Amino acid sequence: MRLSSKVVNQSKPIILFLLIAPSIFWIVMLVQGNLGVNPIDKLMDELGQMALRLIIATLIISSLSEFKLLRALQNIRRMIGLLAFYYVLSHFLTYIVLDHFFNWEFIIKDLIKRPFITFGFINFVLILPLVFTSTNTMVKKLTFKIWKRLHSLIYIIAPLAALHYYLLTKADKTEPLIYLGIILGLLLWRFYYKIIIKFI
Amino acid sequence: MKILGSEITPYKTYLNRRQFIQSSFASVATFTLASNLYASHNKSQNQYSDQLSENDVLNTYEEITTYNNFYEFGIGKSDPSNFSNKFKPRPWSISVEGLVTKPGMIDLEDLISNFTIEDRVYRLRCVEAWSMVIPWQGFPLKDLIKKVEPLSDAKYIEFETVYRPEEMPGQKRKTISFYVPWPYTEGLRLDEGLHPLTILSTGLYGHDLLNQNGAPLRLVVPWKYGFKSIKSIVAIRFVKEQPKTTWPLINPGEYAFYSNVNPNVDHPRWTQATERRIGEFFRRPTSMFNGYAEEVSDLYKDMDLIKYY
Repeated sequence: MRLSSKVVNQSKPIILFLLIAPSIFWIVMLVQGNLGVNPIDKLMDELGQMALRLIIATLIISSLSEFKLLRALQNIRRMIGLLAFYYVLSHFLTYIVLDHFFNWEFIIKDLIKRPFITFGFINFVLILPLVFTSTNTMVKKLTFKIWKRLHSLIYIIAPLAALHYYLLTKADKTEPLIYLGIILGLLLWRFYYKIIIKFI
Repeated sequence: MKILGSEITPYKTYLNRRQFIQSSFASVATFTLASNLYASHNKSQNQYSDQLSENDVLNTYEEITTYNNFYEFGIGKSDPSNFSNKFKPRPWSISVEGLVTKPGMIDLEDLISNFTIEDRVYRLRCVEAWSMVIPWQGFPLKDLIKKVEPLSDAKYIEFETVYRPEEMPGQKRKTISFYVPWPYTEGLRLDEGLHPLTILSTGLYGHDLLNQNGAPLRLVVPWKYGFKSIKSIVAIRFVKEQPKTTWPLINPGEYAFYSNVNPNVDHPRWTQATERRIGEFFRRPTSMFNGYAEEVSDLYKDMDLIKYY
């Protein structure tokens, strides 16, 4: 049975709520003092992981919607992408405001010295054009072809995000390696699908 | 002939009785703990205030006992408090080995009865750029060193943590990406071990060390990053050469033997110029030797601290 657009569109508000809910939960926990004894670190960690998961979700949606039966999934990809940005931005602001409280001199030094922060920041910059061109008007303005090319930036953003996580992990790197593996698998699949299947 | 209690009492009753005794101890402990916690909130008049530096406030018992790095029990900060309940810190003995006049096994109770337990309020600075202020109880390591009489060849001290994979889930865990050559070891130069600030700790906030804090006996070296203060010690070895310790073995590019707190030498992952004191919002600048420069800088006066970080 084909997944209908109607079902996908109707479930949008629920998905939106479910994906925003964790951030509200963490902020309430933070204010109540229930995020453990190092709450800023914890919050930054949770927000960053959520951002990474949602970035991966957009890649999965793209791959799945190649199948005719699941084509309707395309309708939620933009929302998931914007939610990913919501978490990227919160993660970034937690670092700037809560962790270092606008200590720019320090932040710039950190940015230059620590590769994982450099990659994180590059990613933050790379994701911005995707956000600004997310409206239908912008797709029309750019033409679909250029818009699509611009949005293939996600193939750089996703592995960089996983690399950022990998580099900051001190001990057990299993989790970041799993994310990296999923991303590389999805990229290989897209490559295979686009180049090999379409042109044969 | 000696008759064991277990020979007269049926084994099951004996076990139950032991459990009863343990749980009554536990309730007494909880009571003292509660009063200690109360004391810690009366910052102005608690028993540790005279040792507290002007800018420092004691961290709470809860903070000190729930946010720990003790990979033997797991890698997460709350793993040590959640997964250390199987660990039995008593009975306990420590093996003194190597270049000493009096090597041998020392029972923990005998060891403690030989020394005076003192209060020591120290800052603890983790290499991950967070810090706490902790009221330890313990005795100077130098008291023990003097008692076992190291030979003139002994230049370094190597410490070893207990290896009990059945009681320490983190020692059992195998992952593809992180390998720890258990048991955990640490080391000090002999003169660092003899320094009066270096203690072997048996408790904090007037309470026996909990498993997650390194029960029953751990090292505390306040001017070095926290991982140097090795927990649950079973062996102390006097050696001639600088020992190869766990962190430099795992990751030689990021950790070195001395690991003195130094805001001028950055770790690739964390800045060491500032730190977050647990419980505070704004970061604090990190001080050379964690603020103990006056006491310890003589130990390193001819050393390049950038090279020997």
